[in-house]
Amino acid sequence: MAEKFALKVNGAVHNIEADPDMPLLYALRDDLQLSNPHFGCGLSQCGACTVHLDGVATRSCVTPLAKVGNREVTTLAGLGTPEKPHPLQTAYVEEQVPQCGYCLNGWIMTAAAFLKTTKRPSEAQIRQALTGLKCRCGTHTAIVRAVQRAADKMA
Amino acid sequence: MNANTELSLSRRALLQSSGALVIAFSLADAGEALAQAGAAAGKPPLLPTELDSWLAIAPDGAVTVFFGKIDGGQGTDLAMAQIVADELDVPIKSVSVVQGDTARTVNQGGASGSTGVRFAGSALRIAGAEARRVLLARAAEKLGVTPDRLTVSDGVVSVAGDAAKKISYAGLIGGGFFHSEIGWNKQYGNPLALTAPAKPKTPDQYKIVGTSPARLDVPGKVFGTAPWVQDIRVDGMLHGRMIRPAVAGASIVSVDESSIADIPGARVVRKADFIGVVAPREWDAIKASQKLRVSWSQTPDPFPDQAQLYDYIRKSPVTKRDATEQGSVDAAFANAAKVIEADYEWPFQSHASMGPACALADVRADGVTVWTGTQKPHFAAQGVAGVLGVPVEKVHAIWVTGPGSYGRNDAGDAAMDAAVLSQAVSAPVRVQYMRYEGHGWDPKAPASVHHARAALDKDGNVLAIDFVSRGFSRIETNSTEADPGDTLAGMLLGHKGARTPAFNLPENGYIFANKRLGWECVAALLPGPSPLRTSHMRDPLGPQITFANESFIDEIAYAVGADPVEFRLKYLKEPRDRAAIQAVAEKAGWKPGRAGARRVRRGDIVSGRGIAYAQRGGTIVAIIADAEVNTRTGALRIPRVTVAHDCGLIINPDALRRVVECNVVQGLSRSIHEEVQFDRKNVRSIDWLTYPIVDITEAPPVIDVVLLNHPEAIATGAGEASTRPMAAAVNNAIFEATGTRIRRAPLTPGRIRASTV
Repeated sequence: MAEKFALKVNGAVHNIEADPDMPLLYALRDDLQLSNPHFGCGLSQCGACTVHLDGVATRSCVTPLAKVGNREVTTLAGLGTPEKPHPLQTAYVEEQVPQCGYCLNGWIMTAAAFLKTTKRPSEAQIRQALTGLKCRCGTHTAIVRAVQRAADKMA
Repeated sequence: MNANTELSLSRRALLQSSGALVIAFSLADAGEALAQAGAAAGKPPLLPTELDSWLAIAPDGAVTVFFGKIDGGQGTDLAMAQIVADELDVPIKSVSVVQGDTARTVNQGGASGSTGVRFAGSALRIAGAEARRVLLARAAEKLGVTPDRLTVSDGVVSVAGDAAKKISYAGLIGGGFFHSEIGWNKQYGNPLALTAPAKPKTPDQYKIVGTSPARLDVPGKVFGTAPWVQDIRVDGMLHGRMIRPAVAGASIVSVDESSIADIPGARVVRKADFIGVVAPREWDAIKASQKLRVSWSQTPDPFPDQAQLYDYIRKSPVTKRDATEQGSVDAAFANAAKVIEADYEWPFQSHASMGPACALADVRADGVTVWTGTQKPHFAAQGVAGVLGVPVEKVHAIWVTGPGSYGRNDAGDAAMDAAVLSQAVSAPVRVQYMRYEGHGWDPKAPASVHHARAALDKDGNVLAIDFVSRGFSRIETNSTEADPGDTLAGMLLGHKGARTPAFNLPENGYIFANKRLGWECVAALLPGPSPLRTSHMRDPLGPQITFANESFIDEIAYAVGADPVEFRLKYLKEPRDRAAIQAVAEKAGWKPGRAGARRVRRGDIVSGRGIAYAQRGGTIVAIIADAEVNTRTGALRIPRVTVAHDCGLIINPDALRRVVECNVVQGLSRSIHEEVQFDRKNVRSIDWLTYPIVDITEAPPVIDVVLLNHPEAIATGAGEASTRPMAAAVNNAIFEATGTRIRRAPLTPGRIRASTV
């Protein structure tokens, strides 16, 4: 049965009524019309749905609404905008990273959480931090360059 | 207000907003919207013969190019903008591109065969040149001079030697229409060509072609401000999910609709063996699709054991064959001092696009609108018209970028499913496939076997080559969905499709005195709506054939004790083929030596490097891969890949490098990981665990790309060619490292270990 939830997303509180088992992904996309997290697999295998929960990169496709609680949800739009871009977004534009770009949300959200805790990572650390995320078009080498570029700026 | 205007307004508004992506608008009257779509007052009808169909100049001088293909993220739309900007003499920043909207663009075939620049670019170059000619004629009249005295810079026409006399394009036409005719070859699709009195510029006059402005789509993707097709919403929309049988080919016996009675608003749509559910809320549609009880017919096992696949292909009757022969191949083999031969095998592979396909259809009595991520929206409109039984003029297809664009993926099926569901429930329906459909039910790249023979004389010269491929058709499901019978929904509703048997021959420049190249098709394992139906996937059949052909070239080089680079050069005569081989060898620092003698061992790790080369539609690619193999575990690491790439005239070098890099990585993924798993009842590769792809920890740390520019030559396309030789380059490198030849893809640790133990 539907229950009421107050979701804190990108600094605003949104009240919705939904099935507590419904993954956060659908609340963001369908109820709040925040489409940055993408449906890629629904199985926590690809990362396209990644958001931050209190700063921790989390796969929203397997996070039931009931488990979100009071945590602050941040989506890609909450991370940065064209006017106030996150360094990763700037680096992604400079490196012209995406092909189809559908996976990009997962890589940037995961890398943003990683760069908060790891300054000046090595290339090997970057790859290890992002392992498991899927990109079907093969932009991996450009992703590594962009994350390095952003890390340099953030250091 | 029509659908297009609303959509673009919404997009613009969204670009300024916080990233809320829903494209919400109402279609008061889809039919009216369709009739008006793209038709600003006074605009001539959308015909190839109207210059206004190809480009427009706004009151502020901004140029819009109408591109009848689509760009899936490789920068093809930017290439069109660069080409037109050069012909018009306007800044690249003033050019935008409208693409893939059937009401606003002429059918140039959609994304197809890496022909975007080659064919659509050629047509738009003519259109741009003709627009400049028409505008200069009008300027000459206004300025009181003859057109030959005029020059153009940044969209301003001025009189040479009298710069005070000037008028801008905006002043000449801004916001208006050319109402000018242009010639064409009366062929829609890829071959569409334009003719005009205007003379396009020569390559030495290009200022923007050959430079690297930034891609048009990147900021919208990086900030999430531009929609993917998954993000499109309309008022009153229902969410749809499809139901697929557990055993491929099974029919519906009965449906228990009461099994989803407790799900708010959930409804079943069933027509013959087409079955789906719709619900107002997406999560409810998902639950309904999982809870709905459907009983399916008992059906004979549709597939052979996967372990028997290649034997099955070898033993199956041939449905169609083709071959070319030069010289006297059989006589050469009869006189050979030595014959070597080998068989190679390649599995089914899945597009496995990053997101399963999605489409939104709004079927109304007076018109149909479909939002789709298909590569070929004009053909999708034809298919939708066919499956719904409405005139194609009533169908408006709007392409919105989707996840992955490597050929005929699941997007073409989703558009048709959405249309059938929408028609059934009289409401707009958004169909989002689930992950298992994206892997398990997309059209597959064909599995194949390849038999190669070489006749050698006593001195190790090649007397003859005999190469034949046998496999499933590359267009068993056509690469366009114009015929509903080439989609799951269409097939489930009784459409048949042409199911044409077709395979390809190797493409390369080797000169052998006696040469026979052939192919043989075998029938689909399961005709109709099969999860193993086969179609085009990035570089259709290129990786398969080249894996075999170029592995075999190395096998010959090894047999005769030659250097793999020298051996190729010995049989390549065309300067551009030779230049690509030489360029990649030089960049990689290739040290000449007998094939198989390049191995270096450090503990359990042996390393080697391999070369492969191929042509694709005139584009030439040579790749050297470095491989490190752990002989204990079979683990493979590719530390470096070097590519020489010649696609004729280069439009945008930086964008081209990105395309090649991506093809190398995707090509590596297909070489070392990808194999669709199936059992006798269905496909078992249904997610990323059961269909692994390359991980960022495996992507080559170094990809060196040498671009060979030939401004004097036509631009032959780059979207796929560098995918082609990857598997062979990696396989040849593994052979150098281990001394053992693998002849079955993918080159997994298990196969590598088995070959080295």
